[in-house]
Amino acid sequence: MNLTLKVWRQKNADEPGQFVSYQAKGISQDMSFLEMLDVVNESLMTEGQEPIAFDSDCREGICGTCSVVINGAPHGEQKATTACQLHMRHFNDGETITIEPWRAKPFPVIRDLRVDRSAFDRIIQSGGFISASTGGAPDANAIPIPKPDADTAMDAAQCIGCGACVAACKNASAMLFVSAKVSHLGVLPQGKVEKDRRVLAMVNQMDKEGFGNCTVTGSCEAACPKEISLDFISRMNRDYAAAVVKSAWNQS
Amino acid sequence: MNIYHAIFRSSLGKKFIMGLSGLALVGFVVGHMVGNLQIFLGQEKINAYGAFLKSMPKLLWAARIGLLACVGLHIWSAIALVRENRRARPVAYQVTRSTASFASRTMIWSGLIVLSFIVYHLFDFTITPEFKGVDESGRHDIYKMVILSFSHPLSAGFYILANTLLAIHLSHGFQSLFQSLGLSTGRFRHWFQSLALVLGWLIFVGNVSIPTAVLLGFGKEVL
Ligand code: HEM
Ligand code: FES
Repeated sequence: MNLTLKVWRQKNADEPGQFVSYQAKGISQDMSFLEMLDVVNESLMTEGQEPIAFDSDCREGICGTCSVVINGAPHGEQKATTACQLHMRHFNDGETITIEPWRAKPFPVIRDLRVDRSAFDRIIQSGGFISASTGGAPDANAIPIPKPDADTAMDAAQCIGCGACVAACKNASAMLFVSAKVSHLGVLPQGKVEKDRRVLAMVNQMDKEGFGNCTVTGSCEAACPKEISLDFISRMNRDYAAAVVKSAWNQS
Repeated sequence: MNIYHAIFRSSLGKKFIMGLSGLALVGFVVGHMVGNLQIFLGQEKINAYGAFLKSMPKLLWAARIGLLACVGLHIWSAIALVRENRRARPVAYQVTRSTASFASRTMIWSGLIVLSFIVYHLFDFTITPEFKGVDESGRHDIYKMVILSFSHPLSAGFYILANTLLAIHLSHGFQSLFQSLGLSTGRFRHWFQSLALVLGWLIFVGNVSIPTAVLLGFGKEVL
């Protein structure tokens, strides 16, 4: 199949960017979206042009590195799919595809389609961990965990931190990401101990980074390649309120 | 932890304030509507209702001050949050493909138009009503005041527009607030979504019915 690509090109964070059109010729329907970009880049390089910079790593939908907005949808319109797992058979021959980077103030463009997502790292560093040294891997079921709690934690732990929630949100809010990270530790016995401190610190860091606020539009949930539920944001709001009340009580 | 910061400066604190103040305002809006619908029971009933409210000045003023505080907090948090949201996306997308509902994308606009209506409405009926006449029992003739106002198509039209927008505002707001307060998880989310839709329609039908009825000739015997 042959396609026209309208791709965002930008040298670095300081210089203005613009859209440039490219022809993608002889693309197989079995290629992934990123493999299609590889083909375009190879032809660009043989012509002596700069290849299109985009992020990828595992290319099997588990690392969260790939991050392109395809025709207005982060990772493309396909449900529960990362860009690296999106196949070209979902596009039509002759189609024009617009490809943009994640757009959010806390995610400055590094180059072309690559953005700097270290704001997410700083949020994790602020509290997305368990302080106790755990030693070696414990025996399975050494700490009994009720099945519903384990399920909730696993649902939250699906988050691969790609940032599609921020990219999809009209407010560039990171609440789906932060709430998944807060919840996946907060519901487990090992993580419960630091639950209050964690939610206060992570929300504080999220605000400092300059992300927007949730308006409950549900766009994040719809765009999430791991189908993280909006329920986690509700859960985080509840945990936050409880933590504020408890720490106010303790202070007085 | 700084408590002032955690409540008034943080994103979640402001959402909590917006949700709580919104919930209080919803309580008022529903009570107000039910009270006003008594107009369909006739001049006697609605005028007696007005006199009843005025007969408890302390309670009335407490409610007024409480409502004013809620409106203030709601608008302050709405504007603060929306400004942060705009700042968070300085470069817009070339292609937008929104999965967000119309109501959720236009909260600030439905809110601001409702606000301008509230100001007009208060001057029209509460602060400086043009019609100060009394009925046979010497009570403020609310019935006639309302019929007089809504006989002007512009006044009735603004009322209808504002309440339509309020219904839209609440069809989203009344579900979103439960998430802000940390209550919408699992099946409760679906309940709140249905509840918000029902509330939106109730407000629309209930409030719009009064000016519509007047435009269609209800109460013209007092003109
Ligand atoms: C009778 C009047 C009003 C009622 C009953 C009402 C009710 C509500 C409710 C229940 C919410 C949801 C809160 C949440 O998500 O936690 C909400 C949200 C909102 N309201 Fe109002 N509201 C009213 C007037 C206004 C006014 C005058 C404004 C104007 C500034 C406004 C602006 C907003 C905005 C911008 C949001 C969404 C904020 C966001 O993005 O999360 N509202 N409202
Ligand atoms: S490259 Fe790892 S998820 Fe796409």
